[in-house]
Amino acid sequence: MNIRIALVGNPNSGKTTLFNSLTGSNQFVGNWPGVTVEKKEGKLKRRQDVTVTDLPGIYSLSPYTLEEVISRNYLINERPDAILNIVDGSNLERNLYLTTQLTELGIPVVVAVNMMDIVEKNGDKINTNELSRQLGCQVVEISALKGKGIAEAAEAAIFAAQNTKTVPMHTFSGPVEHALAHIEEAALHDLPENSQRWYAIKIFERDKKVLESLSIAPEVLEHIEQDIKNVENELDDDAESIITNERYVYISSIIKGCCKKKNPGGLSVSDKIDKVVTNRFAALPIFAAVMFLVYFISVTTIGTWATDWTNDGLFGDGWHLFGIGSGEYSDDMTEYAKSNIWTDELKAAVSSAVDADIVGAEDIMTAIEEEDFDAFDESYASYSDALAEGGYDISGIVDGAMENAPDTADYGVWVPGIPVLAERGLSAANAPDWLNSLIIDGIIGGVGDVLGFVPQMLVLFILLAFLESCGYMARIAFVMDRIFRKFGLSGKSFIPMLIGTGCGVPGVMASRTIENERDRRMTIMTTTFIPCGAKIPIIGLVAAALFGNAWWVAPSAYFIGVAAIVISGIILKKTKLFSGDPAPFVMELPAYHWPTFGNIMRSMWERGYSFIRKAGTIILLSSIVIWATSCFGVIDGRFVFDSEMELESSILGIIGGVVSYIFIPLGFGNIKATIATVMGLVAKEEVVGVFGVLDFESMTQLAAYSFLIFNLLCAPCFAAIGAIKREMNSAKWTWFAIGYQCLFAYTISLIVYQLGNLFTGNGNVIGSIVAFALVVFMMFMLFRPAKKPEMKKATH
Amino acid sequence: MKTLRQAKIGDKVRVVKLHGEGAVKRRIMDMGITKGVEITVRKVAPLGDPIEISIRGYELSIRKADAEMIEIE
Repeated sequence: MNIRIALVGNPNSGKTTLFNSLTGSNQFVGNWPGVTVEKKEGKLKRRQDVTVTDLPGIYSLSPYTLEEVISRNYLINERPDAILNIVDGSNLERNLYLTTQLTELGIPVVVAVNMMDIVEKNGDKINTNELSRQLGCQVVEISALKGKGIAEAAEAAIFAAQNTKTVPMHTFSGPVEHALAHIEEAALHDLPENSQRWYAIKIFERDKKVLESLSIAPEVLEHIEQDIKNVENELDDDAESIITNERYVYISSIIKGCCKKKNPGGLSVSDKIDKVVTNRFAALPIFAAVMFLVYFISVTTIGTWATDWTNDGLFGDGWHLFGIGSGEYSDDMTEYAKSNIWTDELKAAVSSAVDADIVGAEDIMTAIEEEDFDAFDESYASYSDALAEGGYDISGIVDGAMENAPDTADYGVWVPGIPVLAERGLSAANAPDWLNSLIIDGIIGGVGDVLGFVPQMLVLFILLAFLESCGYMARIAFVMDRIFRKFGLSGKSFIPMLIGTGCGVPGVMASRTIENERDRRMTIMTTTFIPCGAKIPIIGLVAAALFGNAWWVAPSAYFIGVAAIVISGIILKKTKLFSGDPAPFVMELPAYHWPTFGNIMRSMWERGYSFIRKAGTIILLSSIVIWATSCFGVIDGRFVFDSEMELESSILGIIGGVVSYIFIPLGFGNIKATIATVMGLVAKEEVVGVFGVLDFESMTQLAAYSFLIFNLLCAPCFAAIGAIKREMNSAKWTWFAIGYQCLFAYTISLIVYQLGNLFTGNGNVIGSIVAFALVVFMMFMLFRPAKKPEMKKATH
Repeated sequence: MKTLRQAKIGDKVRVVKLHGEGAVKRRIMDMGITKGVEITVRKVAPLGDPIEISIRGYELSIRKADAEMIEIE
């Protein structure tokens, strides 16, 4: 027979560590249906017939928070065979509060007192036998971190599932018990005996969700209501508070009997750390330093190396094994380039291109002057087309000279990249052109672009897991709360946004650390407004093509990103979707502790893997669609395939031509700008690939700036959309996020373009009216009074 | 009426009554802030809100607006 055990406990009680030691690598990670809350299940080690379900970390079984509702629905509806309740031995009082609620469910409960090593180190004593007697269920001592007592806890839970019953030992005061007995008699005698008490207490608390599920006759309900009112009058408090109060009173009384504290009130190591870390003056500098470190490691240094390796090595030409030979190769290449590539003819062409202000010419020139072949190679790859367009074609010289250049394979062990290998395989198999193009350009190109982010993401996830499990993440929320709550965000939203400046994909996925679902959704929706690394080329191109590289273009892009977050936050938090659920910000600040290596690696892998899986589905499919529409098209009235097809003749171009009309009010209603925007969905840097400098130069400054704004704020790339889908865990919310972003981008671009035209004397009457109307509408959305949250209604 | 909001850093206070209703009140009580319990105010966040309190042997962060609902001696 299959035994199902539910693992229940407070946040920060060591539940994840215990779950990992119970199940090992036998885990399935997903989400609870339709919500952003994570669900984990696993088979017990060496016992394939025992399934352990890890419920969200909760403090209570109230009907008010999403996590609590998920947990209690699971416990009531699925009725697991036993509950393994993990409690933090160093924080027994608050942890047992949940235990008193679990024992009422009529499901066998085993309490595992965790962190016994810390309790012993502090010199405190817990009498588990006495505790067991008082709670009415078995109590075992464990240390999840040290791996002590885990097997015993599992055994106890299996034994309880098969043999025992848990009868709650705690009682409420006389009047309450009297009312509970009445309720059981009047409304619950049809239910199984062991779950009657839980339902009775919930009815007494006037728990709306339970009352709805029971459908009690109105006259019975009226009778019960009278009973409750009598108790409330007698004890001068509302029913819910009476129950909560009496639970804590009961716990305090049993703690006195079972628990001996050696030195109450002394400062622990954690307290001392916290005195510094959240100190009034030191907190912000320390926060800034930690954020800088996270950004520096995950975005600029290790993250970039890893990403470059995946993009240029694994999904590029190839790489030198362990980097051996790379240095020599680039030295030799530089020597070779000095005498063969960087000829006077080439230098003259580049320098006149610099004089003509061609984008990238400056970069190429610098690389040549500094005799840096790698930099030259990179700038040449990005900008040679721009130079050729401007009439300074240097590809003839470079390509000719490269034929006799040193071969990478002569230095160290050269491992070819996946596209190179695939190409070899395909040509060996005599694959047709279209298949070749589908695999190399469509699949490997598209998915490779996206998987290139994975190493960087993994680095970030390690850092996040560390910050979360050591306890600093809660302090970030504590320090930043005041600023972020104004925009309907959490203090923890800072991290996704910071990471978003590097790449939106890990940025969106970093939102997992925010516990409130509403804050989390808001963060997911707004994170990609921040210009990511791939949008920088667009900014650079616009700045170079039309604004003479003016210093303010790039900062203005970041300013627009931040403003978009603030404005969206204020507007959205007042809408119906984000109001309601008035859960207050009452947050535990857990004691600092050193996390285990295994937990951090596992957390990194879980998050990384869920993204990779998405890349295999959504992103693969979208890459193929974009590839197909750009390679099939109509030339001279015939439907043909050509991997080098001009975009204007492709299906994508035809669709672009139709869609382009909607961009006329924004100032860039032409086919190429439209295609560029669509290609931006594959990867934002593609915008630059499609939309050259010449295309820009035919635009007005205002139109180009409007184009920039739209591309910065509209739907992110497929990879980020995939991440949004993964985190929202709902098609409806994903579409809402994407739709909102596009609409917001459209509105802002239109306002900027039309009003800009008006102020420069080229105003269009209809356009200006619409723009003014939109400004007024946005002002209204910003300053209208917030919808009053419905006090007693929960989100789900 | 004196509330937790008015308590100073380092103050040790006793809860007399909880005001408010529904989810907010329940959440505060679930975390252990109930009638008669002793609270120590530990610190105020660098930007002036929220505050950190010590209760039932652990640390809790609570916004000043919510602290106003907690009446103390």
